[in-house]
Amino acid sequence: MAQSRPLSPHLQVYRPQLTSVLSITHRVTGVFLSLGTLLLVCWLVSLAAGPDAYARAHVFFAGWLMRVLLFAWSASLFYHLCNGIRHLFWDAGCGFDIPTVYASGYAVLIATAVLTLATWIAA
Amino acid sequence: MMNMNLRSDLGRVRGLGSAKGGTHHWWMQRLTAVALVPLCLWFVAAVVYLAGADYTSAAAWMRSPWHAALLLALIVTLFYHAQLGIQVVLEDYIHVEWVKVTAVVALRFAAILLGLMAALAVLRVYLGA
Repeated sequence: MAQSRPLSPHLQVYRPQLTSVLSITHRVTGVFLSLGTLLLVCWLVSLAAGPDAYARAHVFFAGWLMRVLLFAWSASLFYHLCNGIRHLFWDAGCGFDIPTVYASGYAVLIATAVLTLATWIAA
Repeated sequence: MMNMNLRSDLGRVRGLGSAKGGTHHWWMQRLTAVALVPLCLWFVAAVVYLAGADYTSAAAWMRSPWHAALLLALIVTLFYHAQLGIQVVLEDYIHVEWVKVTAVVALRFAAILLGLMAALAVLRVYLGA
């Protein structure tokens, strides 16, 4: 069905703000994490395949490019986790007023940074 | 006679309207999200614990019934949740009907296949094959 009528929203006319940026980041990190499940499958299958395959996977995961990807993956996981909890509170009908939305948004960013750094310091 | 259906005749003929599955999709996404909160935190802790572990210690870790059960729970919930989420992204951005339907079906098949591969790998290590 051809739809030539103008469709909202015209995202390019809006100035980015914390609320909209965090919203699209939730979706982007969700897609990125879904791709990251391939790494989880790689790791589990290599362990099931035996010591040689696991040693190869170990080398694969130890490379610097893989380390950068794993860092991005862990940051995405913590962001999606924290912001997901924020979404669950909204689903329960809590925290809809603008000051709370901004406060919880900043809290998500701080929690993501703290959890990601703590994980890599511990690892 | 008064027509109590508010949908247009054209919309009805074209088969447009609710697929009656929206609430289930929404609810399962929330249910899996709630389950994934503790499962993901546990999994990150496990990966930190296993970072740099050799084959023997990693396999020994996975032979614990607790670890294997939690991993299987994580795999099922994770792939379910990812499939539900990516489906919405595909439905939002793909506007050619047959491409959208094909992509959503392919996504579901891929999620099931990858989930099965991951689950079978855990079971193989757990059962000590």
